[in-house]
Amino acid sequence: MTGLLDPPPGARPARTPAPVRMLGLVVAAVVLVAVAVASVMVGAKEIPISTVLDAFLHFDPTNNDHLFVRVERAPRTVIGLLAGAALGLAGCIMQALARNPLADPGILGVNAGAALFIVVGINFFSLTALTGYVWFGFLGAALASVLVYGVSALGREGATPIKLALAGAAANAAFVSLTTGVLLTSTDAFEQFRFWQVGSLAGRQWDVVVSVLPFLSVGILIALCSGGLLNTLTLGDDLAKALGQNVARARVVSGVAVVLLCGAATAAVGPIAFVGLAVPHVARMITGPDNRRLLPYSLLLAPILVLGADVLGRIIARPGEVQVGILTAAIGAPIFIALVRGRKVAQL
Amino acid sequence: MSAAVDAAAFDVGTLAQTRARGRVRRLSVAGGLGVGVLAVFALSLMVGAAVISLPDVLSTLAGQGSRNTNYVVLELRLPRALAATLVGLAFGLSGAVFQNLLRNPLASPDVIGISTGASAAAVLGIVGLGLTGLAISGFALAGALGTAALMYAIAWRNGVSGYRLILVGIGLSALLLSVVSYFMTSAQVTNAQDALLWISGSLSGRNWNQVVPLLLSLVVLVPVTMVLGRVLGVLGLGDDTARGLGVPVDGVRLGLIVAAVALAGVATAATGPIAFVALLAGPIGRGLARDGGPALLPSALVGALIVLVADFLAQHTPFLPNLPVGVLTGAVGAPYLLWQLARTNSGGQGG
Repeated sequence: MTGLLDPPPGARPARTPAPVRMLGLVVAAVVLVAVAVASVMVGAKEIPISTVLDAFLHFDPTNNDHLFVRVERAPRTVIGLLAGAALGLAGCIMQALARNPLADPGILGVNAGAALFIVVGINFFSLTALTGYVWFGFLGAALASVLVYGVSALGREGATPIKLALAGAAANAAFVSLTTGVLLTSTDAFEQFRFWQVGSLAGRQWDVVVSVLPFLSVGILIALCSGGLLNTLTLGDDLAKALGQNVARARVVSGVAVVLLCGAATAAVGPIAFVGLAVPHVARMITGPDNRRLLPYSLLLAPILVLGADVLGRIIARPGEVQVGILTAAIGAPIFIALVRGRKVAQL
Repeated sequence: MSAAVDAAAFDVGTLAQTRARGRVRRLSVAGGLGVGVLAVFALSLMVGAAVISLPDVLSTLAGQGSRNTNYVVLELRLPRALAATLVGLAFGLSGAVFQNLLRNPLASPDVIGISTGASAAAVLGIVGLGLTGLAISGFALAGALGTAALMYAIAWRNGVSGYRLILVGIGLSALLLSVVSYFMTSAQVTNAQDALLWISGSLSGRNWNQVVPLLLSLVVLVPVTMVLGRVLGVLGLGDDTARGLGVPVDGVRLGLIVAAVALAGVATAATGPIAFVALLAGPIGRGLARDGGPALLPSALVGALIVLVADFLAQHTPFLPNLPVGVLTGAVGAPYLLWQLARTNSGGQGG
């Protein structure tokens, strides 16, 4: 049975031996913790590490710094961690589902669905609060995923990767068209939406964390357990079926994880571009194509990129900040391009 | 002995029949799409604030019009309809070439950064430098070509592999998109909305100044692309096989990339990056042609049809504010592609 879950035949075995790979995960975890600590300390007002610790251990409600750490910086960091992890995992799953290196929540319509519903919410239901965005965004992402999956599942051979990719691209086109239509007719909605659309962690407080946490934790759990399923899917439908795998069920399970992860992450921080697309490729260079190893790496690398970009955005534009969605691409893309160029790319 | 000869003769017969059927299908698909394009083109010349009958339109085109119809048809409606047709052809063809060349149905100038390069340059021009009109077009063209050159140079390592080209493309695309986002959030809201209008692609107010350069470029680029595109089927067998069959793989691939980028570039310069035409036209064209080939001509015609229909709807739908055409291309093309995917029954035909 374990033989079924091994990486696809013909794929090159991972270059990295197991102990090094484990060490890599530990290093990534340490870096992630460091970035998270920096994210609590750095910003318009520097807060030293001792004050940060005091804020949690000996909380003094009259101390402004303590309040600031607990009300602003800490939830912002938690949201960055959660959203980053969610986007990285969702990217992995979508690339495996569509068997396409271009697949990510941005190209396959999930973010566009969330964006459309939020714009409709802003324009027609006078939505202003971030917690309201969450529900609209979630609904939009879910409907987009159901539409994409439903359309490609019709027909005899079910949701093949190529049909998933094309249906996703088509749905994305339709949603973006409708969204732009609403935005061009309403300056107010556009003014509110253009900041959300870039993707930002600013102003996210515990209420946002609380409203997305259940979805994200279930989604992350399913995603981390789905490595074996994804490996069978990358074998190709015929081989997977011949080996006795239920291809349709594997797709639905991983599809549910994508909806939970993308819907909640997009609702919480906006459609942060590039993370879901690039992080899996970088992780794949370390681990090779085996999804069971790929998913934990993406889980750790993606929030490093998101939080790192957020911290940098607060440093370079003090006392203001540059939105995290702008910097994830601005920092991530050159690294990504250098990596792609520098060594032989591990294909899906 | 004679039975074997009979069987061979029978095989030759069925092969000829199959080929003939394929030819008939190709001709009827191209013919049908061509008629569709002509019909919507004629409609866009006839319908407007003042409706002009088809005979009047035709006589005006032949040089026999009155002063009124001359102005309305020749100065207002014809350039706009021509621009719609030409950019549709260019985007459709460009997308089909990229998708076949990179063997990825999601690869199109929109996705791998060519249009993003044009957008970034144009938004820089609009928001950063306050440019208008033709200067923006020049910026956009330079942006598209520069991005493509950079992409090719970065991806080059003893030849260019399609996979690496795609990955470099999405990297550059993300980088350029962050430039666009930065300008969009840091600008005044009205400037940013102007930029959004340009990024969405618009045909309003197109006149001969934009149409003539576009037409001249396409007269060169379309035949070149079509001729080079004849080897796309062989390239699809893999580089080694294609080389074995005598195709100069690297040269042809570079030629096709240059042609496809130039097509997308001149079209973007004329109207802005009309969204999703390049992405949607290819799969729809291949779904209609159903011959497993690159289907360049059907894809180009589908592109023209999408833009013409979207522009017609954008101008003439009651209760709809005068939206730029790029807002509607997605809404016109996507439902059709979704429907096509949903009703496809046999393997692989959706793509």
